[in-house]
Formats: sequence, structure tokens, C-alpha cells
Amino acid sequence: MKNAIPLIWRRIPERYALMGTVCENCKTEYFPKRMFCAKCRRKGRVVEKQMPDEGKIFSFSEVHVAPTGHESEAPYFLAIIELKNGVRLMSQIVDSEKEKIKFGSPVKMMFRKITEDDHDGTIAYGYKFKVV
Amino acid sequence: MVVGIVGYGTYIPKMRIKVEEIANVWGKDAARVSEGLGIKEKAVGAIDEDSATIAVEAARRAVKSAKISAKDINAIFVGSESKPYAVKPTATIVGAAINSSPHFTAADFEFACKAGTAAIQSCMGMASSNMIKYGLAIGADTAQGRPNDALEFSAGSGGAAFIIGKENLIAEIEGTYSFTTDTPDFWRRQHANYPKHGGRFTAEPAYFKHVMAGAKGMMERMGTSAKDYDYFVPHQPNGKFPVRVAKMLGFEHSKIVPGLITPFIGNTYSGSSIIGLSSVLDVAKPGERVLVVSYGSGAGSDAFSIKITKEISEKGRRQEVAVFDQIKEKHYVNYAVYAKHRRKLKED
Ligand SMILES: [Zn+2]
Repeated sequence: MKNAIPLIWRRIPERYALMGTVCENCKTEYFPKRMFCAKCRRKGRVVEKQMPDEGKIFSFSEVHVAPTGHESEAPYFLAIIELKNGVRLMSQIVDSEKEKIKFGSPVKMMFRKITEDDHDGTIAYGYKFKVV
Repeated sequence: MVVGIVGYGTYIPKMRIKVEEIANVWGKDAARVSEGLGIKEKAVGAIDEDSATIAVEAARRAVKSAKISAKDINAIFVGSESKPYAVKPTATIVGAAINSSPHFTAADFEFACKAGTAAIQSCMGMASSNMIKYGLAIGADTAQGRPNDALEFSAGSGGAAFIIGKENLIAEIEGTYSFTTDTPDFWRRQHANYPKHGGRFTAEPAYFKHVMAGAKGMMERMGTSAKDYDYFVPHQPNGKFPVRVAKMLGFEHSKIVPGLITPFIGNTYSGSSIIGLSSVLDVAKPGERVLVVSYGSGAGSDAFSIKITKEISEKGRRQEVAVFDQIKEKHYVNYAVYAKHRRKLKED
């Protein structure tokens, strides 16, 4: 699977630095970012905001058969992470012993390679999480 | 002009392989290889780690210890000999990942194992001349050795990052001195997967000559001698050379121990001497002095005379997890898992 360069490029602030948005009117935080507040509609004032880099495991599963391009990484854990501000996102869990990967385990953001095009293509970097 | 270290951070991947495990695979006398190199085990980056991810992790920790906003960083230089892209600067990836502003100059540096210290020198010059407020200098590598080559036993992964500036210094860099010659002790041609080296030629005319000249030249210019320093941190291609060069220069063994990290994580190339320096910053007290001498094949050395300030005792100015605590956080892998993660199975 080839990385779509414009898509990767657009998602750099989100994937590298957990950049999302917040509505200054009702304080609702959005990740991935949304430029329109669903609660306040036209009254919303949405600006960029970095999400917290810590949270906990909300749910998880072990992946034995990985999708194309990730075969050599299996087996690995995928989890829904709940960040400290309540925002949820999906992420691979790295550098964590199997016994420590539980509901509610505290996690911290790490910077890792996400996908890589063959030998001569681009590399997509971004967040993964580690149990602390 | 006072210039120095405002913050620092290191990152060491969690995976380790024992030198004995590698030796056993190649039918070598495991204990003898490990003892000969003075290396027990080495740190290995996972399949999704490269010198850019290591640089980013170290940089994030350095920004934290500096207690500055990444928006005030006006220069980012990354030294590495294992860049993920041959063309596309790692420094751009670091800038985006630490959420800096786009108002910074950037470049990747290359000088074998001393590219990281060359980056520190550039930041010192730019900060001193007020071209920048803060500079971020990084040395990071996922060093590779050809299977069964002597380098495979020592080449490790890791990196360190430094915020260089003129205010809120945790350590003042009193002076720097470099010594450079054209010496073909170690090289990698374009498109070659692994470096080559001149075997025994790497010791006397290369490492020892340049580290000695760097250290002596620095002390001569500072009017100091070995007794004026509390710590000595030379480049560490293995666990033996730094011990020998310290002795040759008249440093007591106890002065190199706090910064001697290669026995536990291998030679992290651009990261080597500066992870050693970070380890000293983890424990050093105000007023203490450190002599650092990096070495890069090809060949050259950069020496730094450093004095710790009282600021280092303030809360949160040392990195959160000390180097020796990062060394303890590990999990061992066998050769097969190591080969998979370092992609040795596909190459050659
Ligand atoms: Zn709103």
C-alpha cells in the first residue's frame, strides 16, 4: 500500500504533536481537529490546541494477523486510549510487557514510524503509546 | 561570552541483545568477545524506531529540562550516520514533532560519531552572536554492523539532545577545541548498507591520536590539567578504549565511570559521548567541571570544557529519567528477533 503524500503531510501536526482543536465558547476539545463546533454551531470559536500526551487504556486487543505493510510487526496490541482531557483515539501500544496492558493502565505518547513505502518511498511518523 | 547547556535529554531504546548471544550465533567464544570489547550488551531500536524517532524523543526531554517553549528554538541540527532519508533532513521532522514554530534554520550534520558535538558547536556560535535565542543540537543513531563483523557486537542505538543558549544555563561551556585530519579508519560509501573499517588501524592513529590531541589541546587553551576536572567523558567505541585513554591522560578511573555507558548499551555513534555527558549531568553538582571529547572517524575530535552551574539543583532541570535508569529499563531479545527488528534478514 502506497502512502498518499498529501494525506500524510496534512496529518503531520495531528500525528506528530497530537494537535487538535478546542471551541473557546464551550471548551469542547476535538481530535482529530474539527474547525466547526457541533455544540455551538455558528456561535463556536474553534482554535488549534495540543492534546495532553498522557492518558489511560480504555480498551485493547491483540493483533496476530496484521494488515499489509505491517506483517513483520505482529503480534502487537491496538488500544483505544483515553487522553487526560477525555478525548479518545486509537493507537498501537509499544514497549510494554503483556501483563501491563490492562484496562485503565496509564500510558504516555511515543514518537514512532507508522508506515513506510517500500525501500524508496516516504516514511509516515506519528504517535504510539507506551504503558508507564 | 557565556554560552552553555540550558537543557538536555537522552533516549535509549528498550530492546537489548547480549554480546554473548551474537557471538554464539557466529560460533565465537562468547565470554572472550564480551570481555575483549568491554561490552556486555547493546541497545537495539525496534522495527518502528530510527534515528529520527530517537532524535525526537531526546529533543522532547531536552525541551522539558530547559523549561523553554519550543517556539523559541531558532536552530535545529541533527548529527547522525544512520539517517532515515539520504535526502530529507531529520531536523525538519524533529521541528514538527516538538511543535516548534517554522522560524528556525535546520540542517543534518554528518561526521561519523562526532556529528552531534559538531552540532553543539554550531549552536554555541549562533547563540553567542545572537543569531538565535536557543539552538537544539542532537546526536542520534541506530548504528549497524555487517553480520559477524566486529562492529556488529558493538553498534547500538540511542541519542542525546541539548538546548544551547545564553540564559538559565545548567552548565556553562567554558571553551571548545577541535582537532581534524584526513584519516581513512572507517567509512561507508553511498548506497552501501554497512560501513567498513581499517581493522587495527582504527586504534592508535585514529581514536587515540585524535582524542588525546583534543583533550590536550583543550586543556592547554584553558590552562587546566586532568586534576581540574571531576569527570572525563571521551567517545566510547567500546568499553576498553575510553578506560585506556583516560589513563593515558592522567584521569583517575572514578572520573570516567559516571559517563561510561557503552558497556551497557553499545556504541551509539553520534549519541555515544553525549549520552555519557548527559549521564554526568544527571548527577553532577554545582561548580564541578567536565571534560568531554568526542571522536568521529575520518577523523576528528571535538573537546568541551564544561562547568556545572547552581541552576542544575533547581527542580526539574535534570532530565526526568536519568541515563542509568533508562539503561535499567530493558528487555532482552534473541538474535532472530534482533535481526527482524534491525532488518538484517532482508539485506545483503
Ligand atoms: Zn462549542
